[in-house]
Amino acid sequence: MENKLYTVTVFSENTPGLLNQITIVFTRRQINIETLSVSPSAIKGIHKFTITVVTDLDSIKKVVKQIDKRVDILKAYYNTDDELIYQEIALFKLATDKVLAMGGIEYLIRKYNARVLEILENCVVIEKTGLYQETQEMFDELQKAIGVLQFIRSGRVAITRGRVERLSDMLAGIDSKMKNK
Amino acid sequence: MANTMTGAYALMEALLNEGTDTIFGYPGGQIIPVFDALYDYKDKLRHILVRHEQGATHAAQGYARVSGRPGVVIITSGPGATNAITGIADAQMDSTPLVVIAGQVPAGILGTDAFQETDLVGITQPITKWSYQIRDPKEIAWAVARAFYIAKSGRPGPVVLDFTKNAQFSQVDYKPEVCNFIRSYIPVPEMNPEKIKAAADLINNAKKPFALIGHGVTIGQAEDELMQMLDKADIPAAWTLLGESAMPTDYHLNKGMLGMHGNMGPNLKTNECDVLIAIGMRFDDRITGNLNTYAKQARIIHFDIDPSEIDKNVKTDLAVIGDVKATIPAVTELIKEAKHTEWIASFDAYYKQELNSVIKNDLNPSSDSPIKMAEVVRKISDATNREAILVTDVGQNQMVAIRYFQFSKKRSVVTSGGLGTMGFGIPAAIGAKIAAPDRTVCLFCGDGGFQMTLQELGTIMQENLGVKIIILNNNYLGMVRQWQELFFHKRYSYTPMINPDFQAIASAYRIKSKCVSKRDELDNAIAEMIADDKAFLLIVNVEEAGLVYPMTPAGGSVTDILLGEEN
Repeated sequence: MENKLYTVTVFSENTPGLLNQITIVFTRRQINIETLSVSPSAIKGIHKFTITVVTDLDSIKKVVKQIDKRVDILKAYYNTDDELIYQEIALFKLATDKVLAMGGIEYLIRKYNARVLEILENCVVIEKTGLYQETQEMFDELQKAIGVLQFIRSGRVAITRGRVERLSDMLAGIDSKMKNK
Repeated sequence: MANTMTGAYALMEALLNEGTDTIFGYPGGQIIPVFDALYDYKDKLRHILVRHEQGATHAAQGYARVSGRPGVVIITSGPGATNAITGIADAQMDSTPLVVIAGQVPAGILGTDAFQETDLVGITQPITKWSYQIRDPKEIAWAVARAFYIAKSGRPGPVVLDFTKNAQFSQVDYKPEVCNFIRSYIPVPEMNPEKIKAAADLINNAKKPFALIGHGVTIGQAEDELMQMLDKADIPAAWTLLGESAMPTDYHLNKGMLGMHGNMGPNLKTNECDVLIAIGMRFDDRITGNLNTYAKQARIIHFDIDPSEIDKNVKTDLAVIGDVKATIPAVTELIKEAKHTEWIASFDAYYKQELNSVIKNDLNPSSDSPIKMAEVVRKISDATNREAILVTDVGQNQMVAIRYFQFSKKRSVVTSGGLGTMGFGIPAAIGAKIAAPDRTVCLFCGDGGFQMTLQELGTIMQENLGVKIIILNNNYLGMVRQWQELFFHKRYSYTPMINPDFQAIASAYRIKSKCVSKRDELDNAIAEMIADDKAFLLIVNVEEAGLVYPMTPAGGSVTDILLGEEN
């Protein structure tokens, strides 16, 4: 079966130890996590994990079911890139003197649609939001031209292309069941 | 009105609130406040003092499997907790409800490598349904109610509560809580009427249907519903290790055992049937062998309460997700009465072949040959009128006991299936006997497994439990020896055992015993063993080089069956 990049989205209660419970499902099957980002979701008290992994369809289906099965997980989904709109954010720290000497920094910022966050005497911090390939390309170009002092890239954040929020529908269903109990 | 008490007393109240009457445990430094409270609850909570924490968890498993209620364990932190891990992992594999409460160092010194501190929640997350640390006594009522609900609902399993010592000591205004709903947890998925209809259609159109019965039928208490379905559509059925006593041995559609040491018919018919109906089983590799050649000709229907089991090992054509207690009758309603006389009769030829090649020699070997495990098992099964609870250890003793013990009652098999835990037997038998004091409990173990947890004879002595223990002694780690003989050029690497005087051990624990080496002494020894309801150790010295057949070698197809005639 063909390996490709899958994005796993997990909604959970905000209880301690959840991240461990999710990651051990991947560890046990020797699936390496490429990126991971965790943050509170739009719904109060519910956290959202966005994880990317390279694996095959059969494995990702099983992994998502195993994650979904954990008591404090509300719902886990998997998607391929064509079903998502997604971004990563990267920060570049450059030496101020080299930036000034280089010239053409304006061209680079326009080309990559990046922005300057901070200019200090000794360093300049630039932010670029985009796809992995785009931040990587900008890194390669800067590294070659003047060297990058520090570079950091976030995990992926993603939303589905559909109109409805999957989780809020599910929660509405759960709430109505609870009332009927 | 305020009901103020320490966390330890709140735990007692919360346990009683869940209907607990029996606890398997072992005290230690970080759980002393709880044991102090237990002292005041002696009349309501029976505490069984085991001899090792592994024994506490296995005993609780035996109790849970026979009673259907969660087994409760209380142990201390650190080594106490890590000793319990084997039983927790075993319970997770075999879907057994356990609530394990462990002491923990005070919350203020967590993470400092304090004396007897271990990260129990971290260790147990992969092998439990839920693992939670109680640091504040205000959480006790909530956490205990939630623990029991999670352990016993849906697909059951073990739950761990890691109980810090400060939470045991400090005062709390205790109010009982009930838990029957967790919004992120769907224990019993709703049944889908379309799938029920589709399952009925597949069964109605089947010419050669075949049902595989797993532990889920017993857990779901759907034994009667199962047999009504099998009867109506005339479907032959076979069982996994843990599915064994769901149908009586003599039920006309019970065709025997599946898997590596299962009966020939069930294994071969798996690859001949046209509709395979798997109920509450998980297509373990010991059942399926090589998946590439497993039931490829059949349409497969899988009944399970756990959606993550669907397509995990075997791709199914139709999944009937839900509680078998509801889904089986719903399908039965829609299926037509049918007769599959010829198909069912076709199992007979394989049975005759197995009878002639294996069973006859197992049960009636020539009179000058050493005693075989199978004849001991069958004699004890007969002597207890097929009404006893069978507990086994792991290895040849287990396979032979499962093959040859016979059953007329439900919930009568306690064995370590998924994890295959040697040493499971003695403590599990203790739990089984406590759950069913009026029934005879027969434990079969090997000389190896017996010595892994024999300290629990002390528990049997102290609690005066009438467990019947049979050591099928071949002075070998027999199952490994069997693999060495068949697949490792007879290189018996560290499988021969120099054994102690088992009778002397029994007498040290004031347990009556008998040791038998001759076939003609066996009947009398068995009669003596079951004459009263006291503990008894029967050592039977059996054939040293005995092999369990039939055998499907690991990774082979269900049709690659060795019968032992190759030698």
